Amino acid sequence: MKIVVCIKQVPDTEAEVKWDIPKGTLKRDGMNPITNPFDEFALEEALLTREKYDGEIVAITMGPEKASDVLRNALALTVNSVYRCTDEAFAGSDTYATASVLAAAIKKIGDVDIVFCGKQSTDGNTGVVAAELATLLGWSPLTYVSKVRQIDAASKKIVVERAVEGGTEVVEAKLPAVVSVIKGINEPRLPNLIGIKKAAKVEIPQWNAADLNLDKSKVGSAAASTKVVEIAVPPPRGAGEILKGEIDEIVNIATDRLIDLKVIKS
Amino acid sequence: MALDFDLTEEQQMLRKMVRNFAEKEIAPVAQELDDKEEFSYHLTKRMGDLGLFGPFVSEDYGGSNVGYISYIIAVEEIARIDGSQAATLAAGNSLGIAPIYYYGNEEQKQKWLPDLCAGRALASFGLTEPNAGSDAGASKTTAVLEGDYWVLNGSKIFITNSTTDMSKVCTVQAVTGKRADGRPEISCILVPNGTPGFTTKTMHGKMVWRASNTGELYFTDCKVPKENLLGRRGDGFHQMLATLDGGRLSIAAMGLGGAQGAFELALKYASEREQFGRPIGTFQVNAFKLADMATEIELARLLLYKACWLCEQHRPFGKESAMAKMYCSEMYHRVVNQAVQLHGGYGLMKEYPIERHYRNQKLLDIGEGTSEVQRIVIARHIGVPGRAL
Ligand SMILES: Cc1cc2nc3c(=O)[nH]c(=O)nc-3n(C[C@H](O)[C@H](O)[C@H](O)COP(=O)(O)OP(=O)(O)OC[C@H]3O[C@@H](n4cnc5c(N)ncnc54)[C@H](O)[C@@H]3O)c2cc1C
Repeated sequence: MKIVVCIKQVPDTEAEVKWDIPKGTLKRDGMNPITNPFDEFALEEALLTREKYDGEIVAITMGPEKASDVLRNALALTVNSVYRCTDEAFAGSDTYATASVLAAAIKKIGDVDIVFCGKQSTDGNTGVVAAELATLLGWSPLTYVSKVRQIDAASKKIVVERAVEGGTEVVEAKLPAVVSVIKGINEPRLPNLIGIKKAAKVEIPQWNAADLNLDKSKVGSAAASTKVVEIAVPPPRGAGEILKGEIDEIVNIATDRLIDLKVIKS
Repeated sequence: MALDFDLTEEQQMLRKMVRNFAEKEIAPVAQELDDKEEFSYHLTKRMGDLGLFGPFVSEDYGGSNVGYISYIIAVEEIARIDGSQAATLAAGNSLGIAPIYYYGNEEQKQKWLPDLCAGRALASFGLTEPNAGSDAGASKTTAVLEGDYWVLNGSKIFITNSTTDMSKVCTVQAVTGKRADGRPEISCILVPNGTPGFTTKTMHGKMVWRASNTGELYFTDCKVPKENLLGRRGDGFHQMLATLDGGRLSIAAMGLGGAQGAFELALKYASEREQFGRPIGTFQVNAFKLADMATEIELARLLLYKACWLCEQHRPFGKESAMAKMYCSEMYHRVVNQAVQLHGGYGLMKEYPIERHYRNQKLLDIGEGTSEVQRIVIARHIGVPGRAL
């Protein structure tokens, strides 16, 4: 079985995010970048799938030099190979443009049975790349997957559980498929020292627009169907109100307020 | 370009991995283990899974051979969260694995190292005796060669990792005769746990390292094959001194990592806790304390990493490792003292991890050579006349 994992580097979710307001982009320098937490679940699912069914895992990312770190981490976790997609022309990509590059990389890898992605990235939060990827490749889109029940590469079939409002949906689909996974689908492992030692020395291979047979005028900002026109930082929250008085009174006032705000029903 | 402060890619990845492990897997259980004085087989196995045992051991014996700086980074990151687990790791490596790796013959290495490096077994180092602490040459435990066997008699105290279910062997320092100059001949002998005549007792009631295993060992006509001699007969004292030179790096790493953890807790608390209508960290006296802590930690790290670097370059590092051990331990003391001070009354409560840091720090001024002994070692290295005793 041939498995691809798409991984993105994002700013540390625990650190304060700083915006470059005029440009409408994240200020990335000085920030501690990490692997998108949802992609860690995707990577773990790929490792579990390989353990169960054999095969090979290729991890890919689109991003600057620094993004090699997330691939190196994947190598330390013993994925078989990695590629970083990078080209000046990719700058300004929106989700669709990103998905186009990733789709081109997946085609180049060839004979892929299954692609794992995280359900969304913690910086952009759009959650649509996996679906766009499936559309571009013409493969089965399986989003918000909470469990992979079975994969049958021979008969080209996959059965998964999807987390839907109020329950679980069991879906059978044809392979190849693009599967986006949710938090909690598994427990991502840590690399061990031997893995780290091997991975640290590897030169991370790169693919540019030409390697991916992409027309430069059809990638990056040129291909983006959306454009960020403004970034606004939410205004600091005003001071709250402190209710004073007897406990019964306070509870009554608080309940009324919550009802007014439609937080609870009367 | 000779001076380079950058860590390698490998070392940066290792730090991240160990930090993740310590925060996600050790932090949630550390206080409970400390309360119950419980050694954690699970965490020890996990440290083995992650490859943290045997960082200086060649791959041929199951080690990862990543070097001393990497080793020290791992200990540092664990000590940042919990002293007990760092103790299990540091003693397991520097006192358990190192003597067997550096002085063992091929057979001994093949026999013990793969399990030790995988975290399936622990080895201990039996040096200290009730009447031989700082004066480590005053061991009374004897080993007499009778036919094909060494027969041991005596006892050891305060031996880390010696009485768990996974403790498999102890490197015992024993008197094996008299040298030509009349002084005792000291040798190290590998005594497997479970050998008849070798009994152990777990020590309880520690103020420090409560989740680390410490034992008393008793040898009563305990017989082991003569092949269990480590290295050459009479080399024991030298082996012990060299083992301690390496061990000091890991104790220093515990001081450095502990101080880093205590500092971070203090910084966070001082930024959040408000008195007189403002965060206490905004009072200059407190901000200065934090600035001093950060500076001392930086200094300590430079000294320790240099000592490790010398060790990796196979250059003499005994002076620097003693300096690092002493400085990092005492620096941790100053940092954690002020860190608790910044926490006020809450810093005295077990609910706050700074309380555990405060207790655990004290071991570092004492174990593997007290601060006074480090000063003796340093004094010798810098050419103070006489024996500085
Ligand atoms: C939790 C724990 C784990 C340990 N693990 C191990 C282990 O794995 N293996 C092992 O062999 N040992 C171990 N030890 C023992 C430790 O190394 C000794 O406790 C230490 O070396 C000090 O010896 P002592 O306790 O006998 O103190 P003493 O030597 O009695 O020292 C008492 C005081 O006198 C001072 N002093 C002594 N001699 C001099 C001098 N010449 N000049 C100035 N001051 C002096 C000391 O600095 C100290 O302040 C451990 C101890 C503890 C508490």
